[in-house]
Amino acid sequence: MPDVIEKVAIKLTVNGKAHSLEVEPRMLLVELIREALDLTGTHVGCDTTYCGACTVLMNGAAVKSCTVFAVQADGAELITVEGLERDGQLHPIQKAFGDAHGLQCGYCTPGLMLATAQLLSQNKQPSEKEIRKAIAGNTCRCTGYQNILKAIQMAAQSIKGA
Amino acid sequence: MYPRAFHYHRAGSLREAASMLSEFGDAKLLAGGQSLIPLMKLRYANPSHLVDLNFIEGTSYIKEESGVLRFGALTRHAEIEASTVAGKIPIIHDCAAGIADVQVRNRGTIGGSLAEADPSGDWATVLITLQTEVRCQKSQGDRRVQLTDFIKDAYTTALAQDELVSEVVVKVPPKGSAGAYLAFKRSAPVYPTASAAVQLTMDGETCKDAAIALGCVGLTAIKAKDAEAALRGQRVTEKTIAAAVEAARAVADPQSDMRGSVDYKRMLAGSLVKRAIDIADRRARGEQVEAGHIYA
Repeated sequence: MPDVIEKVAIKLTVNGKAHSLEVEPRMLLVELIREALDLTGTHVGCDTTYCGACTVLMNGAAVKSCTVFAVQADGAELITVEGLERDGQLHPIQKAFGDAHGLQCGYCTPGLMLATAQLLSQNKQPSEKEIRKAIAGNTCRCTGYQNILKAIQMAAQSIKGA
Repeated sequence: MYPRAFHYHRAGSLREAASMLSEFGDAKLLAGGQSLIPLMKLRYANPSHLVDLNFIEGTSYIKEESGVLRFGALTRHAEIEASTVAGKIPIIHDCAAGIADVQVRNRGTIGGSLAEADPSGDWATVLITLQTEVRCQKSQGDRRVQLTDFIKDAYTTALAQDELVSEVVVKVPPKGSAGAYLAFKRSAPVYPTASAAVQLTMDGETCKDAAIALGCVGLTAIKAKDAEAALRGQRVTEKTIAAAVEAARAVADPQSDMRGSVDYKRMLAGSLVKRAIDIADRRARGEQVEAGHIYA
């Protein structure tokens, strides 16, 4: 193992706010988000690229932030669950998850909402099959997914109508 | 979970990345990272140096030229999934659209998948049914290796220590040729339990050529040559399909694990071959049929 590990200077934008930091190369993106930036809405679930609780948007693409090194986000634009609301108003996706009871314990919910955000940015009117495929990388152990599907359909309607 | 500490280097070109490999010795390349980062977190992989390829311009592309498709090594599965050019070879779309889940497809790369040579990886199984060349780059010069010669063993390729994958070149199948890839898995993010890739070249009712490969049921993807022979020059009938399935089952060499027993996996591989032959045959006749990863 190397004796002295050089830290790496990175710049990134998180929820519209620019940050400059020095990070250890082995720091995971999710740790940067939670520990360095104190944005604890992004959760660590399995920590093995399975459950999707740590999903964030990196340059518009949903990624599992437990499986990306923080140094790789140099120059990137990130959106975490904290970045969904606008001017104190919940994002239509957030509102729909509440209205449709698309959550119970809420642990998987931030990840699911960001997976939904990528889906709806590419497909305004997804079919049920397309929704199921889009959230296949997000595990929920409470709901049985039915109300999550309803929430995403509701969010799609609401964004389309806006 | 933190990996063991490592030095981080950002390569400016693939050539520079290759020379970093020889300079540092105990180094790994970081492409999509969807296999490597979990392995590092579990401390199965503990490189002293990590060479990041993600900031190199021009390594992600899909081009069609003179009868081949060229994939830049860092082309993400999601880009292949969305590509109309890649969609011209349906079996490639079947594969790209079903690897793991959206998040992993957004990061994982075709070059990384082949270089990792995971026995349960999807790309090698699909691409050995097509004529595929892997372009391997050193700091000085490059060479092309047939995919069948590139994959040597589980997690083992023909790459030298100071060599990397720069491009994957796939020959576009002739007219009348169509394929299908089916992978069975318990849920999206996991590796398949078994998979089958079938590419049939039809001449009217006769199967002029067949390529059949099995995934996840051996240390590498397995070319089921006897199964191919059972169809080649024959009509695709219940009888010839049954013979191909029997031959595919015989050549499967699975290990018993939490995904299933040896017998189960062998049966499953055969069933996937049967379905994939049917879909490839229908597609070769111009029918639009969905195929890909199957999970609950």
